[in-house]
Amino acid sequence: MFELIADPSFAASIPRFVTPILLAALGGALCERAGVFNIALEGFLLVGAFAAVLGAYFSGTPYIGALTAMVAGMALGLVFAEFNVRRGGDSIVVSIAINLLAAGLTTFFLRAIFDVTGAFSDPAIAGFAPIRLPFIEYVPLLGPILSGQALPFYLALLSVPFLHVFLARHRLGLRIRAAGENPQALRAGGVSPKRVQLLALIACGALCGLGGAQLSIANVNLFVENMSAGRGWIAVVAVLLTRGRPWPLFFIALLFGAVDSLSFRVQGLGLAQQFTDMMPYLATLIVLVALSWWRARRARGDAS
Amino acid sequence: MIAFDAGKATRSALPWLFTFLWIAAIILALLLFVGAPVGEALSGFWNGAFGGRRNAYLMATLSRSALIVGMALSVMLSFRAGLFNIGGEGQLVAGGLVAALVAVLMPGPPLLVLVVAILAAMLAGALWALLAGVLQLFMGVPLLVGSLLLNYPIRYIASYLVAHPYRDVQSGMVQSHLVPQETWFAYFPGTRLDIGILFTAVAAAFALIYSYRTVHGYHTRLNGLSPDFARTVGLPVRRLTLQTLALSGAIAGMVGAIAVFGIHHRYIDGMLVQPLYAWTGIIAVLLVGMVPWAVPISGFFFAAVQTGAAGIERAAGVPKEIALVVQAVIILFVASRVSGALTASRGDGDGHV
Repeated sequence: MFELIADPSFAASIPRFVTPILLAALGGALCERAGVFNIALEGFLLVGAFAAVLGAYFSGTPYIGALTAMVAGMALGLVFAEFNVRRGGDSIVVSIAINLLAAGLTTFFLRAIFDVTGAFSDPAIAGFAPIRLPFIEYVPLLGPILSGQALPFYLALLSVPFLHVFLARHRLGLRIRAAGENPQALRAGGVSPKRVQLLALIACGALCGLGGAQLSIANVNLFVENMSAGRGWIAVVAVLLTRGRPWPLFFIALLFGAVDSLSFRVQGLGLAQQFTDMMPYLATLIVLVALSWWRARRARGDAS
Repeated sequence: MIAFDAGKATRSALPWLFTFLWIAAIILALLLFVGAPVGEALSGFWNGAFGGRRNAYLMATLSRSALIVGMALSVMLSFRAGLFNIGGEGQLVAGGLVAALVAVLMPGPPLLVLVVAILAAMLAGALWALLAGVLQLFMGVPLLVGSLLLNYPIRYIASYLVAHPYRDVQSGMVQSHLVPQETWFAYFPGTRLDIGILFTAVAAAFALIYSYRTVHGYHTRLNGLSPDFARTVGLPVRRLTLQTLALSGAIAGMVGAIAVFGIHHRYIDGMLVQPLYAWTGIIAVLLVGMVPWAVPISGFFFAAVQTGAAGIERAAGVPKEIALVVQAVIILFVASRVSGALTASRGDGDGHV
């Protein structure tokens, strides 16, 4: 077990698992802070993964693939906003519908465009090449993690401090927080909270789309039906746990991603795949329970 | 005084007309995208949902609706009590798995095996639902995410059990052995429709009487409408929560047993997950704003959409996955107009993280 974790190739594989969860969770965090309860991150990731393959296949470059994924995610954010923010539909109902819509659209267009069911792989799908960072790649321990990853990972890493500063300092960031915490004040200031929520949802779509691109054109070069496989839900948990604060979110995503990556690795130990497959979900549940106990204890400590 | 107010009727009917037109336009756009003949697609839909030789497709719709309506009833009991239990899938899988394994492993007279298997399936579903309840009440995991996350472990446990210890190796597939043929549900005379739908009918009768006529159902509904009020008047909210979840889970487990004894006659990996029965059940409840008597109708409607989509595929070459898109679009348009009070268990109250 120890050798497995100490293995540098294990460390190098963590970012592949962290990136989709982190990007989806950052998108979810923007919604959370804007007062939109978006639990459709699973659907957003799935649409992003499919659109990325679509773009990368027809353009021949992964950059257009990632761009397509972000645009598709933004479009889905627009749909969410139309039904939740503008028409006032219940956010859980809209989220469930968006998740089903994502499953439906991706399987429908998988057959309609590529004429396959289940999975689509083709040499023409242009995937991201690893980016080697000069000098950093030779740093022990951190080198193999930070260097040699795909573009979405670096964008995800940069997004964390960016969103932190954005939410703390930027005018739109303040407005997003106001839309979540005190929409009346925002309205009194002459800004429509609904407009701010719409922008948050569109940004969420772009981030999730990029996360989906990591799944389909960086980790592998193919699309599989339902390939988000619960990662969007894990991102939802991360958002709930951290109440949408970027830095805590980063560490939670790191933890979940590491477990995800570890579960992938221990398949080599002869443990049945089904048990390794369920590890991320069990780990998520355990973290939920542990954090809630810790908070309850701290609350008791404050009271006494 | 009782004169017909034409202006008011138009005002309330017009949005629904627009809703209908929007949905029709989206379906049309999808059909045109794949270049399908629209007329043939429509007749294919009708035939696929309600027609067929000797009504074969109508029977398929009824058979599917036995499962979807069952899941919808299960979910309805939770939702009306304000419990956002979206773990129906896990409870369904637990039931189906246990039903198949009991029937394969237990010796004895077939009728006894059948009864024990169905009861065990209901117990398994109830326990899996209770696990989510315990996580919420005692460990601070909101039901919404707890019930959902529990879908995955049971899916993989079931997959493991029929892939390794209880696999029908000779079949070459990831599936259990067939349950004894004597335990298979009978077909209605002259049809290919099994009697599983009778179980769903009983569950529906139970759920309706429970929701409309019993004190327990009334209390849970109060809890759903206003948890604060329920707590203030001294209702045992925790006990009601656990009991309601157990009831929901038991019905979901029974639906799993129906799928085993009525349709597949074994547990096949993914057989209850891939058709999205549980999620279709959820949207069937949301479509009608959790009104109990309308839930079976809504469930039948979605079953018809799915089998109808298979008809469209046969008649016009349109991928049958169009059903999922159409269902989601319907829910988006309709549910945003008739949203029920789905306030509890989204992170506030007992299960706050």
